[in-house]
Amino acid sequence: MSENRKPGRKPDQTIDKAPLWLSLFFLALLLIGIAIDEPGRVLEQARQICLSCIGVG
Amino acid sequence: MEFVRKWVQTVAGFLMNGYWLFPWTRNIYQGPLKVLCAPGLNCYSCPAATTCCPLGALQQLLGGVRLAIASGQYFFGWYIVGAMGLMGGFLGRMICGWACPFGFCQELLHKLPSPKFEIPRGLRHLKFAILLLFVILLPLLAVDEFGLGSPWFCKYICPAGTLEAGVPLLILQPGLRETIGFLFFSKFVIMTAFIAWAVMASRPFCRVACPLGAFYALFGKVRAVRLRLDAHKCTNCNACHQVCPMGVKFNESPDDTECIACLACMHQACKFDAISLEFCGLPLTGARGKRLAATEKTG
Ligand code: SF4
Repeated sequence: MSENRKPGRKPDQTIDKAPLWLSLFFLALLLIGIAIDEPGRVLEQARQICLSCIGVG
Repeated sequence: MEFVRKWVQTVAGFLMNGYWLFPWTRNIYQGPLKVLCAPGLNCYSCPAATTCCPLGALQQLLGGVRLAIASGQYFFGWYIVGAMGLMGGFLGRMICGWACPFGFCQELLHKLPSPKFEIPRGLRHLKFAILLLFVILLPLLAVDEFGLGSPWFCKYICPAGTLEAGVPLLILQPGLRETIGFLFFSKFVIMTAFIAWAVMASRPFCRVACPLGAFYALFGKVRAVRLRLDAHKCTNCNACHQVCPMGVKFNESPDDTECIACLACMHQACKFDAISLEFCGLPLTGARGKRLAATEKTG
């Protein structure tokens, strides 16, 4: 029986922190990306028509 | 609730595709918003697209990783994976159900009258292979003589790219028509096949082939917003099976990675208030939500 099915669980008694920790981890990755200017590279690519995406590249 | 979801899908679709000057400029949007990562599958070469596609951007970064390192830039996809993971950690595949324009397209196609078929459950695993192979490994490892990889998923598979970018751009830019060949036609066949399949089966691309859905599915057990089954209240009447657009048997597998949290089982099927919505284990809806839905119905 999975945790999600356990009878008698009072969902309002505990906060599940795992998603928050996980989100914090990905937020850290996002910030690392911003710190090294990865968004600049993403923007540069996204401003051009991606010929591969449309099937002619 | 279904009405609310349709509105959210429409608004999300417009926000991700809000550049309506393209019939005059005959080009794609090139403004600063394109740095933002779209939550759902939405080709950034679509003339109306205002955001970037996370899968396209990730493949481009992985394909160019050798050149980036050679020039002292460590662009491994931190920003894109971070943004995707942040959305996945909070919402998981709820994004597929509420904010993916291509998922919304498939839902509309499925409303067309036709014989309807189920999708074999085993096919759901294919999307994880596509994520690993076409989005990560091939762009990273299959490089040309300059050390540059290709966006394999975009180039050889993505039907959203053909539908949202390929076809409109070939109409807008006649010069591009001279360059089309086998690659475009093979992608066109894939797109047509998925469109036809979507008429006859519910969300086939999301269930079988979407690598973004596969990525969000990895958060099935640890996302902040999720549905919860109260085993005390559930009578195993199986009513939830009938309404699920993703083929989930919610009472049997409440943590199913296919669940897009469309809430159909909670609001349209379960009469026993056995399904509720939670945020990090704290109830968002449940008995109260059910009463509200009933009040809405009786007007
Ligand atoms: S299990 Fe329920 S909420 Fe999840 S996709 Fe199916 S009907 Fe929608």
